[in-house]
Amino acid sequence: MEVLALLINGFAITFEPLNLALVIAGVVVGLFIGAMPGLGSVNGVAILLPMTFLVPPTSAVIFLAAIYYGAMYGGAISSIMLGIPGASTAVATTFDGRPLALKGLADKALVAAAAASFVGGTISVVLFTLFALPLADVALAFGPPETFALMVLAFATFVGLGGDDIPKTLFSILIGLVLSTVGLDIISGQPRLIFGDLTGFYHGINFLVLAIGIYGIGEMLWTIEVSQGEVLMSKATVSFRGILNNLKGLKSSIKTMIMGSFLGYFVGILPAAGATPGSLMAYGVAKTMSKNPETYGKGNIDGVVAPEAANNAASTGSMLPMLTLGIPGSPTTAILLGGMVIWGLEPGPLVFTDHPDFVWGLIASLYVANVFALLINIGFIPAFIWVLKMPFTILAPIIFVLCVVGGYVPTQDMHDVWLMLIFGVVGYLMRKLDYPMAPAVLAIVLGPLAEPAMRQSLIGSHGDVMTFFERPISGTIMAIAFLLFVLPLLKAAKGRLSRRRAEGSP
Amino acid sequence: MRVAEFVMALVMALFSLYLMWKSTELPIGWIPDEGPGGGAFPFWLSLGMLLCCLWMLVRWVTRTSPPSRSTEPYMTPQTLKWFLLVAGSLTVMIGLIHIIGVYGAVPLFLIFYVRFLGRHSWVITGALAVFTPIAAFLFFEIALKKTLPKGFTEPLFYPLYDFFF
Repeated sequence: MEVLALLINGFAITFEPLNLALVIAGVVVGLFIGAMPGLGSVNGVAILLPMTFLVPPTSAVIFLAAIYYGAMYGGAISSIMLGIPGASTAVATTFDGRPLALKGLADKALVAAAAASFVGGTISVVLFTLFALPLADVALAFGPPETFALMVLAFATFVGLGGDDIPKTLFSILIGLVLSTVGLDIISGQPRLIFGDLTGFYHGINFLVLAIGIYGIGEMLWTIEVSQGEVLMSKATVSFRGILNNLKGLKSSIKTMIMGSFLGYFVGILPAAGATPGSLMAYGVAKTMSKNPETYGKGNIDGVVAPEAANNAASTGSMLPMLTLGIPGSPTTAILLGGMVIWGLEPGPLVFTDHPDFVWGLIASLYVANVFALLINIGFIPAFIWVLKMPFTILAPIIFVLCVVGGYVPTQDMHDVWLMLIFGVVGYLMRKLDYPMAPAVLAIVLGPLAEPAMRQSLIGSHGDVMTFFERPISGTIMAIAFLLFVLPLLKAAKGRLSRRRAEGSP
Repeated sequence: MRVAEFVMALVMALFSLYLMWKSTELPIGWIPDEGPGGGAFPFWLSLGMLLCCLWMLVRWVTRTSPPSRSTEPYMTPQTLKWFLLVAGSLTVMIGLIHIIGVYGAVPLFLIFYVRFLGRHSWVITGALAVFTPIAAFLFFEIALKKTLPKGFTEPLFYPLYDFFF
């Protein structure tokens, strides 16, 4: 019952006036950001993180988590209404959400998405509450070798499950890690990689500079390119009675919702996987399990329900490793983790014992955020549809200004603003060539934690590399990581083999 | 697209080489009983970057990666125009911050973007250009107590500082 007491304490923190106001504000901001085509939770959290220095860490993380949550709800709105995913996490929602909207059933799809998000969110928060303490207890036994092994696992997940071009994924990871080594060497204290002897490099490259560059400036450039064409907006009429009727019609989808929630949650826990693969997988499983899979892609309501339940569940799931292990489960939680470092909290299991208010305030706030997101989402659907009509040429410059000022504030150094611009532009140019960007952001957050973990392990073992493989937990994690690294190679080899067979036996 | 893929891989390969060379300023080898030296982490990672670039170049030659097969242009003239305008105006804004400060550069940027790129009315443009800096001032300088760069306009803000602090 220890959990219950802690959770009640967490609720007491969440219901403090400031925190409650921040939950509501975060959910509203998140819904808008999610609804906006091109902007997702990761962009919102990256751009708004510098603003949260105003409030104490617990309130700040509650606000950012509420944005994360709201964005998961909001992403569905533009997926359904415009056929453009509001965020990458809502890509799978377009497959059936858009056809439904074209049939004139947009309101049904919107209500289904909100209800599924709520179910996914609720199931996953309950699971989160139950898993958090046991996992943190296990993690307390971890030493530097285990930490390092977990980070290797996080990168391996990108390679094995990311689905992007492999050399480019690896490149993205490596460049993020190298950029994170700029500054002073953590063990010897000597300066390294001080390009052009610029003093700005001595304090290292803050992860926010890369995150805002890529997710703020780079993303905007990308969206400006993609949104040049005109888009067709569907009509939705929303009434209270209609909402009730639509909710009643969802009875048959409950099984899919629960499936999506569990699947999403466990995919979310995997380091680095996050909500996008979670929702795509849930869509795939729902289609395979369905009695009439041919209706998917043509407007099956379960095709909206499954990914929406999953992306909310995954967003909660990805916070579990972030809090307990100090390893982010998604790009957004990578930024939250970086935020924890800025706020002066040491990521890892010790947060549970050292800062219980932070952890349980956050967990309790997720319950509350979930309820508010549902109410605000359904209650203000017309407002969010109005947002979609907002011209991008007004939104974009405001976001650019926020990026520039937000990039300046953490270090108060113009040097970082220039770097951010360079990262944004280069990131955009690379993204056009299918270089994935999320691994680089994850790497620059994890780099400053991974390098000392590795070097401390090696100092502890007097330079014996086998320490990573001989310790039971670290060895197991390393083995899984290795499997994930070779998974794409095996797939490629299998594909080639079957192709050759097909050619050999006509 | 094919040319861009090649150029990007090549540029990144050269960048990796530069990083490797730069890392050698600290010991990159193995220090007995201690493990890798201070330069080792970036050095070997940069080597990994280089290998990835070479891998990409191989795939470029064999045409096995999607961008190396694509015949679509990397940027259409329309895209290029927008990219140059937006990235250019951003660069100019950041440059101007050094001289006339945030409160000079941001309104100019907003006027340029909203009025001339977005073709919105002067009313909307004016409202944004006036209220964004005020909001930024109240939020960052007053609430967060983080001074933003003001260039030579700094003295103009002394009365405001006196008023608030």
